[in-house]
Amino acid sequence: MQLLLFFLAFLLIFTVFAVYAERKISAFIQDRLGPMEVGPVGLLQTIADLLKLIQKEDIVPAQSDRILFKIAPLIIFASIFAGFAVIPLTPTLQGALVEVGVFYLMAIVSLDVIGVLLAGWGSNSKFSLFGAMRSVAQIISYEVPLGLSVLCVVMWSQSMDLQEISYSQSIWSPQEANPIYLFGIKALGVEVTDIGGVLSWNVVQMPLLFIVFIIFFIASLAEANRAPFDLPESESELVGGFHTEYSGFRWSMLMLSEYAMMLLTSFLAAILFFGGWNTALPNMGAVALAKWTSGVPGTMAANLWGAFWLLLKVFILVFIQMWVRWTYPRLRVDQLMALSWKYLTPIALFLVLLVGIWKLLVI
Amino acid sequence: MPVKSTYFGEIKESVQSLFIGLKRSFQHIRSASHSRKGFDIESSSYFNQQRGIETIQYPNVVPTVPDTGRYKLHNEIDDCIVCDKCAKICPVDCIDIEPIRSVTEIGKTSDGTSKRIYAAKFDIHLSKCCFCGLCTTVCPTECLTMTPEYDYSSDDIMQHTASFAELTPLEIIEKRKEWEAHQAQKEKQKAEKTKKEVSSTVKAKPSFKPKVRPKKDDLDKEENTVEENIKSPKPKFRPKIKPKTSGEASQASDQQKERKEDKPASASKPKFRPKIKPVIKKKPKDNDD
Repeated sequence: MQLLLFFLAFLLIFTVFAVYAERKISAFIQDRLGPMEVGPVGLLQTIADLLKLIQKEDIVPAQSDRILFKIAPLIIFASIFAGFAVIPLTPTLQGALVEVGVFYLMAIVSLDVIGVLLAGWGSNSKFSLFGAMRSVAQIISYEVPLGLSVLCVVMWSQSMDLQEISYSQSIWSPQEANPIYLFGIKALGVEVTDIGGVLSWNVVQMPLLFIVFIIFFIASLAEANRAPFDLPESESELVGGFHTEYSGFRWSMLMLSEYAMMLLTSFLAAILFFGGWNTALPNMGAVALAKWTSGVPGTMAANLWGAFWLLLKVFILVFIQMWVRWTYPRLRVDQLMALSWKYLTPIALFLVLLVGIWKLLVI
Repeated sequence: MPVKSTYFGEIKESVQSLFIGLKRSFQHIRSASHSRKGFDIESSSYFNQQRGIETIQYPNVVPTVPDTGRYKLHNEIDDCIVCDKCAKICPVDCIDIEPIRSVTEIGKTSDGTSKRIYAAKFDIHLSKCCFCGLCTTVCPTECLTMTPEYDYSSDDIMQHTASFAELTPLEIIEKRKEWEAHQAQKEKQKAEKTKKEVSSTVKAKPSFKPKVRPKKDDLDKEENTVEENIKSPKPKFRPKIKPKTSGEASQASDQQKERKEDKPASASKPKFRPKIKPVIKKKPKDNDD
């Protein structure tokens, strides 16, 4: 329960600063300065924007389906926010101890498509409906490579519990049951369970998982409707896509959901591939950096270190998402489908096979 | 890079190009730590700076502009001889001049040209101005110049009208009266002359009659010749001032005025009326519908 309250407040603060960061990063990539006027170096710009948004009139179009229109932002936000329930923030702090956490998250990530469809349909506007239709087509298509890439990790970690996946990449991992070998090759004979740090992360434990991560990352961008897969919103063609008709607080709810989705997929990526709350620094003989920077699970130090490492990884991933957004142009609808079905899905399938064989034979 | 049409070739190429793109934009993020130095458009290294923030925080940081910049127009009214050349050449008609002739020479400009016309009005509508600079090139006394000042935006378009005339309304009336009195005096003199001529020559009587009626025009011409003797550039001014109805109005007789006013009024009224009427009839119909 405390964690839920933490995530709610964290989400709001994160969104405020993520919007600011997004504007700054986009400005820097385009050799601009970005917001500079409100507060020192424009830090309070988003807060000023928020105040403006809250004061705005909540317009419901006359010809819209009022109930669907009003309920859609709530569905989108609630479904994404529900995803945070299973995120293990530290070795001991986790909202809900769900054995099938990954499975639940996959369901959550695709649930928001219902909200998007309701928003598009309820608005009774061409732009909104086009945006919603694209969104549905996109999210359903990208569900496949996303699911397959997550499956690779689940096969490797032999668990669907996010906390267990985090532990399996840790110096606290149960050594006898699940020893960690360097690069996932037992033949090398180097066991790195006690060394920890970067070496025990999934992407290093199992080098193939880096390619899986790329697929996961691309698919998660599409799931979050982020550029270059922002076809449902595509400002330049569809005004605002599914949220064209929204204004004021409901619109800011949709914006909040977009950033919450970014955060959620980044959390998932950090936990699945980059060790979750685990430290990045390895133990090197007497210099036990990993131990110094993680703390014994259950203690306050462990909680603080865990939250620090996880949030650091998440913020780096969010930065990469923004970096990608302001680098690449938007895909066409046919390119979007081609990328999903002709490239990502077959590669992900092949990787599932490879990871399975690796797990069986090399370890 | 040649386009590889094979499946794996496409994957390889797109991964490479995506990576190059990310690298390129990251270079921009890194170089965002500093701003580009100096925005002097005249310096030869202007295009050499390819990295760094380009934004100038405008009201706080003002970019340098060349001294020869063609921005706001300025008229040094003390040097202006109100020749109307600028108003004539202006392609967008943004210069509005109302001259009042002076009986005597008003003074000299800084380059020694004598001033004989007051400017009752010398307005430049800078919101109409196209900054071509033609007016500054034709200006004979070089009193009209383009200044490097460009920051004169305002939320009222009327504030874009730069007025350079210095006469007060009272002075304008005074000068006008002065000129009219001078004119009237000359007319009297002319009339007396013609009377004498009429009385002296008997045969010339019928031929003079038509001359007497448009005597105002004749007088104007004669006045010009008087001025021409004094000053050489005047003949150039003369035809230019003529189309200015305001300047001519004071000189023109009442009869001419009436004729001019009647003609366009009588011509335009019947044209407008039939157009307005059907509109008025249609409107209530539309409303009823």
